[in-house]
Amino acid sequence: MSRTAAIPFTIPDERHGLGRIGGAISDAIALWQRNLIGLRRTPQTIVFSTLQPVIFVLLFRYVFGGAVSQTLTVPYVDYLMPGIFCQMVVFGAMLTAVGLAADLKSGMLERFHSLPMSRSAVLAGRTTADLTRNFFVVILVSIAGFIVGFRIHTNVFGFLAGMGLVLLFGYALSWVFATVGLAVGDPETAQAASFPVMAPLVFASSAFVSVATMPGWLRPFAEHQPVSVTASAVRALMIGNTTPGTSTATYVWQALAWLIGLIVVFAPIAVRQYRKAV
Amino acid sequence: MTDETAIVVESLTKKFGDVEALAGVDFQVESGTVFGLLGPNGAGKTTAIRILTTILPPDGGRAEVLGYDVVRDAQKVRLRIGMAGQFAAVDPLLTGRENLRLVGKVAQMPNDLILPRADELLERFELTDAANRPARTYSGGMRRRLDIAAALVARPPVLFLDEPTTGLDLHSRNELWAMIKELVAEGTTLLLTTQYLEEADRLAGRIAVIDGGRVIAEGTPSELKAKLGRSVIELSMADETDAFRAERALSHLGRPELDGTILRLPGNVPGGAMEVLRALDGAGLEPDTLMVREPSLDDVFLQLTGHKAERSELEDATVPVGGAR
Ligand SMILES: Nc1ncnc2c1ncn2[C@@H]1O[C@H](COP(=O)(O)OP(=O)(O)O)[C@@H](O)[C@H]1O
Ligand SMILES: [Mg+2]
Repeated sequence: MSRTAAIPFTIPDERHGLGRIGGAISDAIALWQRNLIGLRRTPQTIVFSTLQPVIFVLLFRYVFGGAVSQTLTVPYVDYLMPGIFCQMVVFGAMLTAVGLAADLKSGMLERFHSLPMSRSAVLAGRTTADLTRNFFVVILVSIAGFIVGFRIHTNVFGFLAGMGLVLLFGYALSWVFATVGLAVGDPETAQAASFPVMAPLVFASSAFVSVATMPGWLRPFAEHQPVSVTASAVRALMIGNTTPGTSTATYVWQALAWLIGLIVVFAPIAVRQYRKAV
Repeated sequence: MTDETAIVVESLTKKFGDVEALAGVDFQVESGTVFGLLGPNGAGKTTAIRILTTILPPDGGRAEVLGYDVVRDAQKVRLRIGMAGQFAAVDPLLTGRENLRLVGKVAQMPNDLILPRADELLERFELTDAANRPARTYSGGMRRRLDIAAALVARPPVLFLDEPTTGLDLHSRNELWAMIKELVAEGTTLLLTTQYLEEADRLAGRIAVIDGGRVIAEGTPSELKAKLGRSVIELSMADETDAFRAERALSHLGRPELDGTILRLPGNVPGGAMEVLRALDGAGLEPDTLMVREPSLDDVFLQLTGHKAERSELEDATVPVGGAR
């Protein structure tokens, strides 16, 4: 063991001139980097995050596609892909819950609580890392979509705007699932607890089939819940307006209202839960 | 409180539902000393550490670190402390070096000092060879050392270690003790908790014995031993049957404490060691060894709490039957 000369204790009293906001951003970036290193060391996360929607695309496109396409004015795969993008980020948001629950269980959050860092940094670093993961997964899945015949009917800007909306939606959902992860505090339970939240959002939605095919009692929920609203907006942006009477802008505003609402409600809940988590 | 007091704890209370984890705890730790919080599982040690490290707010009472209140001036406290919790909290996916860099960063260290400090600590805790391996590949002892290194990255003047050697093998434990002693030599104030009497005895200048959320005794190790104020007669029998028979043969001398093949009696029994031998001889028994020794912290603990402290495999391994400490 090497013996080093005692260096006087240094007590940084300021965040090196960064100020409160600057310090919070610098902490969040440190946590974001940490989570991305973890993602790089577990490439299977990206692989399975991509494989799951790709399998859904193949199943719905080739197995169920014939049955549901009658009611549509566009090829089913073009209807399906925007729905897949939305479904995918819902399932992906579960990893926010799992990641935070793992940090809680391992004692990492306890350590972070004892450090002079911003109280929002851990959540910001986690949700932005999950956003980064979604970015790559969305690219991979759209490539798969193009291979099986998905075509954009609007233009490249509509497509990119749709992608942006999907990613923002995924980001908003990360805050919802952050509260799930912090509430259960165990990665396996987080996974199990996320499913009942995800399943109705994804399947009782217009992501894969038109809401018109659903029973009357389910339709009001299915039509207005965030996955359907976002899927409609993404569809409008990528393949144009399929329902007369509603403009693309209306869909997009509705979707933005949902995702901003989710963040405004769940981010403070998640931060409060984080403070009390350990 | 004087300038020399690093930690002040006054009437600290904390309840979890019906459980009184801390029922009014008081103690002070002088700067540059090692203070041991010694107690069995569930005594309230971790709760005390978590309050002092600003992780948990207390229900009542007051705690200060270097003059800063852990509730009101939490951020100031956090800039001055290092903490290694009861379970090594390292990111299994990050390498040793990356783990230290992350902590240095969020501990608000200047960027240019982080890596040199991380490398210095990796070397000091003998992790240089493993520095670029993800921590999930580390052994328990290595993870624990990395965890303590992480607590030290920002060079905090006050350090909290919660059961630093629990779960470590003998070799790792001895290594860690040496490292802790070195830290203290540099002037770090250390509050450590332990269930191991020997650990407190070896490392701490002062000890508070805590049980059921209360400090039931406090002092230097020798003061605590002096409280018992008398020697102990310790007998080692050939096997447990003999030990059991011996216990009955000696029952007229008060209640001997039976621990496997070992019997312990207060040194001041009527007739002393001679009477013990006579009684054993009368029962046709012969001890392997008999010794009269100073009371150990074990004895102190038993007397204070009415129950035994958890024994470490270490003590069982290093205290030879009849041998002196
Ligand atoms: N978060 C918690 N919720 C409920 N009870 C707790 C919690 N933390 C500790 N306790 C209880 O408080 C008591 C003291 O616990 P702790 O401080 O962990 O003791 P020690 O570290 O000495 O083993 C125990 O009875 C424990 O069960
Ligand atoms: Mg404990």
